[in-house]
Amino acid sequence: MTTQAHTPQPPAPSSVAMIRTLAGVAMLSGLLVVLTYQWTLPRILENKRLAVQRAVFKVIPGITSHAAFRLDPDGLTRVNEVDATGTLVYAGYDEAGALKGMAAEAAARGYQDVIRILYGYSPSCECITGITILRSTETPGLGDKIGTDPKFLANFKALDARLNTERTALRHAIVTVKHGKKTEPWQIDAISGATISSKAIGKMLNDSGQTLLPRLAGRTDQLRTQP
Amino acid sequence: MAADPKARQPVTMDTFLDGVWRENPVFVMLLGMCPVLAVTNSVANAIAMGLATTFVLLCSSALVSLLRNAIPKQVRIATYIVIIATFVTVVDYVIQAISLDLYNALGAFIQLIVVNCIILGRAEAYASRHRITASLVNSLGMGAGFSLALLCLGSVRELLGNGTLLGVAVFGERFQPWSIMILPPGGFFVLGAWLLLFAWLKERKARATQKGERIHGT
Repeated sequence: MTTQAHTPQPPAPSSVAMIRTLAGVAMLSGLLVVLTYQWTLPRILENKRLAVQRAVFKVIPGITSHAAFRLDPDGLTRVNEVDATGTLVYAGYDEAGALKGMAAEAAARGYQDVIRILYGYSPSCECITGITILRSTETPGLGDKIGTDPKFLANFKALDARLNTERTALRHAIVTVKHGKKTEPWQIDAISGATISSKAIGKMLNDSGQTLLPRLAGRTDQLRTQP
Repeated sequence: MAADPKARQPVTMDTFLDGVWRENPVFVMLLGMCPVLAVTNSVANAIAMGLATTFVLLCSSALVSLLRNAIPKQVRIATYIVIIATFVTVVDYVIQAISLDLYNALGAFIQLIVVNCIILGRAEAYASRHRITASLVNSLGMGAGFSLALLCLGSVRELLGNGTLLGVAVFGERFQPWSIMILPPGGFFVLGAWLLLFAWLKERKARATQKGERIHGT
């Protein structure tokens, strides 16, 4: 049989003291978070704007300014690119204010996770003029070459994205072919050793091209001159 | 509430050096392994994560130490978590304001500093029992030790996996990068190698001490 020593226990604090402590710390926490948010917000928005600007300038060669539009069922609406939601289209203009091209986001599942890109589209040649990676966690040294390999990026200098005569879909589906097997201007030559990531780029461009470009086709007049 | 006798202990150099060397959170206590393995694929990421964690450690330890006599024991862990989460949110916004590229590179691991056991461990084991000066010095040591460990891993992984240090090419063009080093297995390999080195140093020191004792004994 064991005996237990009875030591006096300190009195438990009242519930009021516990609630008061938690409420006080929560209020202090809220105040700190709000102050930091207010202080950093202008800089964060500016960083986002610069990131979008860098990406748009990269995929539409020769532009000096750009504007963001949201594609609504009844047409294109000019929006602020930093906090706008929905299907966004960026229009790029040259020094004279003439439309040089458009850019839009596309996404598809890669090897590790979803890959997000911004691609440029020229209405004059009806072709894709460049891509840039917005988000990718593809394997370093292999899959991440989709954003750096010069030979792979050369696929997108004038990738055929013409619409059919009814203007309802692409005339030729954009497809990724095995490395060295590209024969047509709408084909993408895959990177050897990064086939899944290369195919993801082809799939997202085809999906976006089949749905977005026919919707844009009748509305490019709205973008012709710089707003 | 009765004052804890530990709270009156003087602040010495050991208060700082414990975290850097004797109680290094990564190489000795094996804590915070998730960011250690995940974000050390480059030196820049390692430095950013080290600084972010040190900032959260310092601020949360300071606040916990200041409020230690006002926090009831029953709700202390919940209070510490709220305090830590607050400073992690602050760091999250500040990194977004500094660089979006860096923010994207660190991914979810910035938010996951909340559950880093080094920080909660310091709050519970040290800051809640010591005065603010001692807590700050101890946290600074722990933060420096953690940052140093991240830097050790990050530099080896970037050097071998990419042939660069802070983005600057170190080897010639003929160098073939060991891509595996910047992949998850590389993190385990390099951590294992550093732990081996630390274990060997520890054993060598123990042997030298034993030998010295024997010589003095005879």
